[in-house]
Amino acid sequence: MRIVVLLKAVPVVGTERLTSDLRTDRSGTLEANGADEYLLEAALKLAETSGAEVTLLTIGPAGATEALRKGLAMGAASAVHVADDQISGSDGTQTVELLAAALGRLEYELVFCGADSSDGGGGVVPAALAVRLGLPYLSYASQIEPAPDGSSVRIRRLNPTGYDVLEAPTPALVMGTQVLGEPRYPSLRGIMQARSKQVQTWTLADLGFEPSAVGAAAARTAVVSAERPPERGGATVIRDEPDAAVQQIVEFLATRRLL
Amino acid sequence: MDFDLSPEHELLRQTIRDFAAREIEPVVEEYERERRFPTDVVQMLGPMGLMGVPYPEDEGGAGLDTLAYAIAIEELARVWGSLALIVAAHTSLGCGPLHLAGDDAQKQRYLVPMAQGRVIGAYGLTESGAGSDSGGTQTTARHEGGPDGGTWLINGGKRFITNAGQAGTYIVTARTGERPGGGAEISAFILEAETRGFSVGRLEEKMGLHASATGELIFQDCRVPAANMLGEHGEGFRMFLKILDGGRISIGAMAVGLAQAALDASVGYARERRQFGQPIGMFQGVAFMVADMATEIEAARQMVWRAAWLKDQGRDYSLAAAQAKLFASEVSQRATNNGVQVHGGYGYVEEYKVERFLRDAKLTEIGEGTSQIQRIVIGRKVLDLKIV
Repeated sequence: MRIVVLLKAVPVVGTERLTSDLRTDRSGTLEANGADEYLLEAALKLAETSGAEVTLLTIGPAGATEALRKGLAMGAASAVHVADDQISGSDGTQTVELLAAALGRLEYELVFCGADSSDGGGGVVPAALAVRLGLPYLSYASQIEPAPDGSSVRIRRLNPTGYDVLEAPTPALVMGTQVLGEPRYPSLRGIMQARSKQVQTWTLADLGFEPSAVGAAAARTAVVSAERPPERGGATVIRDEPDAAVQQIVEFLATRRLL
Repeated sequence: MDFDLSPEHELLRQTIRDFAAREIEPVVEEYERERRFPTDVVQMLGPMGLMGVPYPEDEGGAGLDTLAYAIAIEELARVWGSLALIVAAHTSLGCGPLHLAGDDAQKQRYLVPMAQGRVIGAYGLTESGAGSDSGGTQTTARHEGGPDGGTWLINGGKRFITNAGQAGTYIVTARTGERPGGGAEISAFILEAETRGFSVGRLEEKMGLHASATGELIFQDCRVPAANMLGEHGEGFRMFLKILDGGRISIGAMAVGLAQAALDASVGYARERRQFGQPIGMFQGVAFMVADMATEIEAARQMVWRAAWLKDQGRDYSLAAAQAKLFASEVSQRATNNGVQVHGGYGYVEEYKVERFLRDAKLTEIGEGTSQIQRIVIGRKVLDLKIV
């Protein structure tokens, strides 16, 4: 069973900034996208229980290496880094085209990805990529169970009353949620082992792309304007014992007609 | 010259920082208040490799270097001095002698489980009448003949032993005879916690580091097999000097971590707290304190890292380690004291944590050789005179 985990490198949460042309500024420190880490954890568990081999795939600037290094230290076997200066400014559609091309050069039964990214937050890539590749799309997985022979995969998706079970033949694309479980911390030994793991860097030429096909100039969408969210109002912190606190919370909600 | 950490050291630092913020910090207050040893937290460290950072994998360690170890201790101390001390004493003093002087069988039996974090280690050197003056060691070990080289009968006691009562393996020093010149001949022994005749006496109520255990070890006809002598007969003194050299790096790192914690808290507070219509950080009286803290901490950290680097290069690091420990611990005392000062009245109450950093930092000026002993070590090396 070969699993490719799409791991986006995003600006450290809380430090996100836009450039003057309204793109996400990726010049600072990058880290692995939190939503993707849940899927990496799920993949690593499958690696432990059924010997699955986990490959990371990312598109991003040189700084994305740190996110890959962490993923490798957590236990992924290898990584592919699609890096090319021309890619900067690409939109969701181009990202999907690039990922599809990169996946075309890899062998896999499953592709895992998080629901969205903490920077762009478009949330379109998982579904669009599945469509582009013609793969079954199993979304919002809270549990992932591949068949022992790897020929199919079954997931659970939480719903308001319980969960749905979805099953599809492989290769398939699974988008999952944090219900899959908290990602592990890299062990120190894992950090050392990551040094000798393979990271392949692929350029646009490697993927057979013309530079003009990607980047801001070729993007089909554009960010027209951006505004900071309004400052939040002052929070009320209640520090009383539970019984008294409950009473205060009930009154707070009641005065706002929320109860 | 490259002042950047390697990518592995950076990732290590970030990993421990994340881990400490999410898993450790939320429970610190409770353990400190209850003066309870954090067994649950220590158990989490082993699988991550944090209980044997600088030891090779075949000895149960994580296979990293002294620099990585110093970074790890600093990051732990930044959230919890007690935990940093537990790990430092376990690693440098408990595992260290086994790594340095253990034979293969001793390493397999004792060091591997310790470096993997399954057994906590401790080092028993200090006695009520013998600290830095190890020649005053009163604990004795007398050899008795028998199969497999016979046994050693240990009698006496130790004081101020970190991880007392929590450790499964103790490395203890004892007099095994007299040197030709009349001085004490000191040897080291590996002692299992369950050994008959061994017990843990009083646990100290300390000024700080409340969740770490510090206590008395008591030996009453405590018999250990000859195979548990660590290193050569009579080499205990020389071994402990080497061990303390290395241990100083970790206490220096702990001092830097505590100082950094005080700085982090002070920066946040000085930017938030307003008086006379502006953040107090805009007053020079406060800003200069913060500036001094930041500057001294940076210098201390570089000294600790350099001592660690020298050790990793296989070079003489004894002077650098003593200097780093001396400077970092005194910086830590100043920085944590200023941390309380920046916080004013809030700094003096427990809720704001900075008072804990101050209480904890004081230990770094005392443990593994007081600042005065460090000055003697440094003075001797610099002057090449027998300073007393």
